Amino acid sequence: MTLVNKVLLKISTAFVSIIGSSILVFSIIYLLPGDPVLSMIDPSVATPEMVANLRKELGLNQPFYIQFSEYFMNVLQGDFGQSVVNSEPVLPKIVEHFPATLALTITSAVLSVVIGVTFGVLSAIYRNKWIDIIARIIGLFGISMPTFWSGILLILIFSVYLNWLPSIGSDGWKTLVLPSLSLGLVGAGFIIRMVRNSMLDVINEQFIVTLRAKGLSERVVMYRHALRNALIPAITIIGLNIGELLAGTVVIETVFSRQGIGRIVADAIMAKDLPVIQGVVFFSAIVYVVINLLVDLSYSFIDPRVRRAH
Amino acid sequence: MEKLLDIQHLKVDFTMKDGDLTAIKDVSLHINIGETVCIVGESGSGKSVTSKAIMRLIDYENGKISAGSIVLDGMDLAQLSQKKLRSICGKKVAMIFQEPMAAFDPVFTIGSQIIETILENKQFTKLQAKERALYLLNRVGISDPALRLNQYPNELSGGMLQRAMIAMALACGPDLLIADEPTTALDVTIQAQILKLLQEIKEEFGMSILLITHDMGVAAQMADRIIVMYAGRIVEYATVSQMFELPHHPYTRGLLQSITTIDSDRSKKLYSINGSIPGLADLPPGCQFHPRCPFATERCSMELPPLREVNDRYTACWYAEDLVESFDWKQPSGETKNDRHSIKEIVLSDSKRGSEPLFTIQQLSKFYPIGKKSPFSRNSSYLRAVENVTFTIEKGETFGLVGESGSGKSTLGRVLLQLEKPTSGKVFFQGQDLSKLDAKELREKRRNMQMIYQDPYGSVNPRWKVGDIIGEPLQVHDSLSAKDKHDRVQDLLEVVGLNKSSFNLYPHEFSGGQRQRIAIARAIALNPQFILADEAVSALDVSVQAQIVNLLQDLQRERDLTYLFIAHGLNIVRHVSDRIGVMYLGQMVEMAPSETLFLHPAHHYTKGLIDSIPIADPARTRERISLKGEIPSPANPPAGCRFHTRCPAATARCREEQPIFREIHTGHWVACHDPL
Ligand SMILES: Nc1ncnc2c1ncn2[C@@H]1O[C@H](COP(=O)(O)OP(=O)(O)O)[C@@H](O)[C@H]1O
Ligand code: SF4
Ligand code: SF4
Ligand SMILES: [Mg+2]
Repeated sequence: MTLVNKVLLKISTAFVSIIGSSILVFSIIYLLPGDPVLSMIDPSVATPEMVANLRKELGLNQPFYIQFSEYFMNVLQGDFGQSVVNSEPVLPKIVEHFPATLALTITSAVLSVVIGVTFGVLSAIYRNKWIDIIARIIGLFGISMPTFWSGILLILIFSVYLNWLPSIGSDGWKTLVLPSLSLGLVGAGFIIRMVRNSMLDVINEQFIVTLRAKGLSERVVMYRHALRNALIPAITIIGLNIGELLAGTVVIETVFSRQGIGRIVADAIMAKDLPVIQGVVFFSAIVYVVINLLVDLSYSFIDPRVRRAH
Repeated sequence: MEKLLDIQHLKVDFTMKDGDLTAIKDVSLHINIGETVCIVGESGSGKSVTSKAIMRLIDYENGKISAGSIVLDGMDLAQLSQKKLRSICGKKVAMIFQEPMAAFDPVFTIGSQIIETILENKQFTKLQAKERALYLLNRVGISDPALRLNQYPNELSGGMLQRAMIAMALACGPDLLIADEPTTALDVTIQAQILKLLQEIKEEFGMSILLITHDMGVAAQMADRIIVMYAGRIVEYATVSQMFELPHHPYTRGLLQSITTIDSDRSKKLYSINGSIPGLADLPPGCQFHPRCPFATERCSMELPPLREVNDRYTACWYAEDLVESFDWKQPSGETKNDRHSIKEIVLSDSKRGSEPLFTIQQLSKFYPIGKKSPFSRNSSYLRAVENVTFTIEKGETFGLVGESGSGKSTLGRVLLQLEKPTSGKVFFQGQDLSKLDAKELREKRRNMQMIYQDPYGSVNPRWKVGDIIGEPLQVHDSLSAKDKHDRVQDLLEVVGLNKSSFNLYPHEFSGGQRQRIAIARAIALNPQFILADEAVSALDVSVQAQIVNLLQDLQRERDLTYLFIAHGLNIVRHVSDRIGVMYLGQMVEMAPSETLFLHPAHHYTKGLIDSIPIADPARTRERISLKGEIPSPANPPAGCRFHTRCPAATARCREEQPIFREIHTGHWVACHDPL
């Protein structure tokens, strides 16, 4: 298979996943118990007529597939509908708030990769030494501590006691530090474990013996050869991790009162604002799939076996 | 002669969870300039540890040199710091390994890995290093070196990679090349090429070679001197001619007698050394070989014999002087000669003539689609793993299949048992067309056809007890009571020569040979008529290989079994098979009775294969004309006779017209325009 073919295949799979996830979201909301229309109007004043009109207006009396295809066609034209709470169009709202979320996602992704890979590698190379023990503790904390917990802890230490960094807000880099740290730690935990294990596997491979027999320095053996091999399986985890990060923003943005789309969706859920929920979920699905596509493709560039296979 | 390397009283320990384990002890050997020294012995005897200790590669595996010295150029490598060692490793001493595919870093090109090594020698610029890499690749016989330089290890064949590995070892012009089983993973044809290459570059670069092998044939061909190791110690040390003429240690004698050769008598049982090599944790006291030694006395079980000079060589046996004088010593495998067997053999081969076929295979083909992994690539093509093969397997015989890897042997076996559906052609078993059977009927038939693979450990669930592994087929096919089943399994354990108490043990508690016995017990549990043995003895050491082959042959006689025996070790196939088929690129190119095939091969490929077998006799090292080149890809086989690209006798006709598979004498079939 040529590279072009492979890229085409990956892109079309990505497209299928987007359609699939939108169907899924749409059907979950469709099947959700409770009449969305009833939640929109004050039941004390609602007459059956009003309900029926509103339902018609919203197209909710149509069969599922028509509702879905209409929604999907609108989405393709950039129309994600309107909020039922304040009639604002959904897409501009998402676009307005997305940068804050993107910034948080990117910084925490970078943090988790940097912390994760560094400690993962060092803990494999210095197995059972003090640095390995520290790395494993960080890993354990990252994996087992819920983000809202670590978020509050960080606020307590760095904002309340030390007063170094602001505890809330979404403007300026200072407001990014604590949320990305608390979010990044989770990913870092997974990446440390993953990189450590795959480094240890690679170090036991026969070719490492060859490299040493050639008289190369341990530094070259470890950082030039072993690391590159170990990163290949780690990339998959990093890709998955970015999806996790995206999901994690919902909690973190609430804890740190950041104006991101995680926050929008949290508010929308409280208000049962279906078009907004739908829009955000759909939008996130697209972002997620695109990120994974990029990760997948980067894989082919890092691993020559994938790149050159046939 | 001047000594290049001098090892004295070397002892290597490995630090384990529960204390130290001594892997080799009191190992003393030297290598002269320009000399090839071979270390032989069964797996687990300490050959690789010895070789890895020289460059202190054991340091990275929790190993340490706890006594002794390794002197090279007046320096004791055992005392050097890792940093100082770097000026020796890869420069004065280089090493190549068994699995060339695993020995290269998969994510760097061949070129960058060779150049990296050359650049360790500080005098070279990058450009010069690249030129030298090209020169070296060319020297080791890699065609199109400029292209190979930019390829990744997975894009080269095993033989090519081993050549590249040799080129990399030559990068800094070493004085000593350590080669740890460099040809064990390769086909016999490629092995012959690599051995020849090693001999050439040894002369050309003025190197010494320390060659580790378990193949006495390879040692006979390559070595000036041979060192035999057993359970971490040297038990014998002699020149190659001394060793083959008159071994002085019972273990060496056993190794030499276990070898099957082209002219050994097929009607005799193979000689085998009893038992198996002990683990390091439970070495026997006294002479470590005594539990397996037919000459052991009480003294042997208490006192360890030292390595001492006897008749101009070194040996570690109390009775070496007397033993070599005894009548028994030189009598080749006298005590296991089995007259009853040979008579039975003759009767059998006579009665076989008129006997009915068990398997009839007609124009069988198996193609695998390739290149159609994406809906965006339009052209699909096929890998022709097996094409148009026709033959029969008679009831009660052993049919052998040989050919280089990739020739389609295993695929043919799998299709025969309907583990995969053929692309076209028919397979009749007991006159019944297997493709016409439905799933249930096929399952019924399957109990008559069992298989044994190369890696018995890989094909069983490691968490099951041995009794359950053997009993599983009984469960599936027969509704026996638990007690009956238990009894049957115990019978089976006895039949294959295992202790009844093995029932409750796990597979990892057994040695390779014993695990193969377990696999055999499982295979015969349902009293099948047919067993497919695909490389079933290939991974075993010669002495154990002989035990398993003898067991298979005993079972065949007792139970009237029919075997399809696939192996790449030609001598062993010759020994067990009544008839042999030779495969090349998915086709059967020759088929004949075992003796005929080896004495009068008609196909040029068969001849090439036979000529590639190393002869375990240093006096008979012939100037071999082994096969050139490598087997082409079955995705794109050459037109005409598929062998024409490598055939020394190919003509214009061979390049265009495919030869037909025809009978040239009774029972001797060949597909060649111009047979030998
Ligand atoms: N399942 C499969 N899919 C694709 N190719 C296969 C498959 N099984 C075997 N082959 C190919 O068929 C050829 C013959 O293989 P095999 O039967 O294993 O030969 P041998 O036993 O002589 O080594 C090889 O090129 C192998 O890669
Ligand atoms: S010392 Fe005894 S047991 Fe050891 S090889 Fe010699 S005869 Fe056999
Ligand atoms: S047909 Fe021709 S190329 Fe093929 S084996 Fe015979 S002589 Fe060689
Ligand atoms: Mg095979």
